[in-house]
Amino acid sequence: MKRNEMKPVFQTSKFAALFSMLLTLCCLTVNNAWSALTIEIIGGAAMQIPVAIAPFAQEGALQQSITSIVSADLQRSGQFKLVDPAGISPLPFEPAQVRYPEWRGRGADALVIGSVVPAASGNYEIRFRLLDVLKQTQLAGFSYTVSASQFRVTAHKIADIIYEKLTGDVGIFNTKIAYIVKQGKKYELQVSDADGYAAQTVVTSYEPLLSPRWSADGNQLAYVSFERKKPVVFVQSLATGARHVLANFKGSNSSPAWMPDGRRLAVTLTKDGSSQIYLINPDGSGVARWTFSSAIDTEANFSPDGKWMLFTSDRGGGPQIYRMSSAGGDAQRVTFDGSYNVSPRFSPDGKSFVFIQRSGSQFHVAVQDLENGQVQVLTDTHQDESPSFAPNGKMVLYATEVNGRGILAAVSSDGRTKQRLSVQAGDVREPAWGPLLHN
Amino acid sequence: MKKNLLLSVLMVSFLAACASHDVKEQPKAAVEDRTAAAAAPAAATQPAVQSATTGNPLKDPNNILSKRSVYFDYDKDVVKEEFKPLVEAHAKYLQAHGDVKVTLQGNTDERGSREYNIALGQRRADAVKKAMNVLGVADKQIETVSLGEEKPRKDCHEESCWQENRRADVVYQGE
Repeated sequence: MKRNEMKPVFQTSKFAALFSMLLTLCCLTVNNAWSALTIEIIGGAAMQIPVAIAPFAQEGALQQSITSIVSADLQRSGQFKLVDPAGISPLPFEPAQVRYPEWRGRGADALVIGSVVPAASGNYEIRFRLLDVLKQTQLAGFSYTVSASQFRVTAHKIADIIYEKLTGDVGIFNTKIAYIVKQGKKYELQVSDADGYAAQTVVTSYEPLLSPRWSADGNQLAYVSFERKKPVVFVQSLATGARHVLANFKGSNSSPAWMPDGRRLAVTLTKDGSSQIYLINPDGSGVARWTFSSAIDTEANFSPDGKWMLFTSDRGGGPQIYRMSSAGGDAQRVTFDGSYNVSPRFSPDGKSFVFIQRSGSQFHVAVQDLENGQVQVLTDTHQDESPSFAPNGKMVLYATEVNGRGILAAVSSDGRTKQRLSVQAGDVREPAWGPLLHN
Repeated sequence: MKKNLLLSVLMVSFLAACASHDVKEQPKAAVEDRTAAAAAPAAATQPAVQSATTGNPLKDPNNILSKRSVYFDYDKDVVKEEFKPLVEAHAKYLQAHGDVKVTLQGNTDERGSREYNIALGQRRADAVKKAMNVLGVADKQIETVSLGEEKPRKDCHEESCWQENRRADVVYQGE
């Protein structure tokens, strides 16, 4: 894929924040006639940025509409209010064609225009510009020369640029998620785009699969498989599909976690008695015990700077979350609300962590500030498991259950925007949001 | 292999989304009726270890050795009194057959973290192993593993299934 920056037609000035107050809880719906995907979102940020996305010139001839993918991405974030371009005629494709008062009149603060033009060797040139409707200036403009198979990823990249320019945060639409699908007796570890499309099966098994964990570079997954009639940890390359056993010791082998530098992983082993956390090299060598309790120690997770490890332990009676230096040593308990706190995951800035908290008979996703200990429950679903942050820290992906079926759900880290995702048949579970892709 | 996972995102009223699950302590009588009580008469009338000519005692439905499951209370790993005859019978068999090996598989119900449940299931298997060790079974005859909540015997989302799933199973090598 080739990307070129397009110079603004008008003088660019520094973009001022474009916010408009959303007075009521807003429900957005996009139905794409070209696929079975329905995106429905409940809630939204308190301040949503009104942005209009004009269908790109000639994209009607494509199998996939670029702008509908971009729109769906932006809507899922909950941070945008999409302004309907219907009725504006002719639609603008170039800056000179934009009649700004028309878009201003519809309440748009930003406008996306573009075109898809057939290029050499069966490729296409996708051009897009993000315009500031108030200042009548260009905020970003790029052209991509791509093959038809790259339309989706290009749309996600465009959505990332729009998101970054308008919110100031890193976009996460061009990232991957991993999860387990169970259909009947069949388990599949799948990796898809963050919007659930372009799913690829990494492993298929007729015994349980669980705990997929991304290496920091996004090239490998560690996971637990029961194919040897007990939990054994594997590491698999996504590029080649090659895999090897990471840990297959006497007893149970579970709960892998990569260190951010990729040089070691934590795993939970029972080879010396109770479930304890060990460090191990990615090739399965050099195993060393890292926690020393007679209780359960499991669910290790490392801080983004690699200095700290969070884990679940019932050394105090019930399961609670503890923190210790990655270099080893004593652990300090960090959760005190409630009798069951498990599955900790650091936020990308390392300042907080997301986890599962039991409340009565329900399990909710909660986030805790590591400095002041403040806890916020993010969800009102009932049987939540396996939370993980998006790599920009703005969303949390997790598994939950609706009507006895396993589904994936996401919630913004402020708890305001919620979405649910489900496959049409079967249970989906054990999601893990992958890292930012640098390509 | 490439597949398209078609995801649908359902807008749901989060207030009326799904019925909550009640956590009930398991009725003790139900457990006894299902396993120990049914097994106990067999234990009283049948020797735990039979001669080879009378068939495989491990498969004989009238022999307590055919009973393989020790059930646990929610979030607990204590081997209850009612399952001690079962554990003792298998311990005797293993002592009499020093070359026989077993795997003790710990299981949990579906509630809570899958990874924590692997650790909890392990502890249940370990509790049965400890009881067998006390009765003289050698460590080398036993491996304890956990299947966590991944292999439920019953697959509903309420206590009637959960109580079946909180258990440790005795699995003889080759079975």
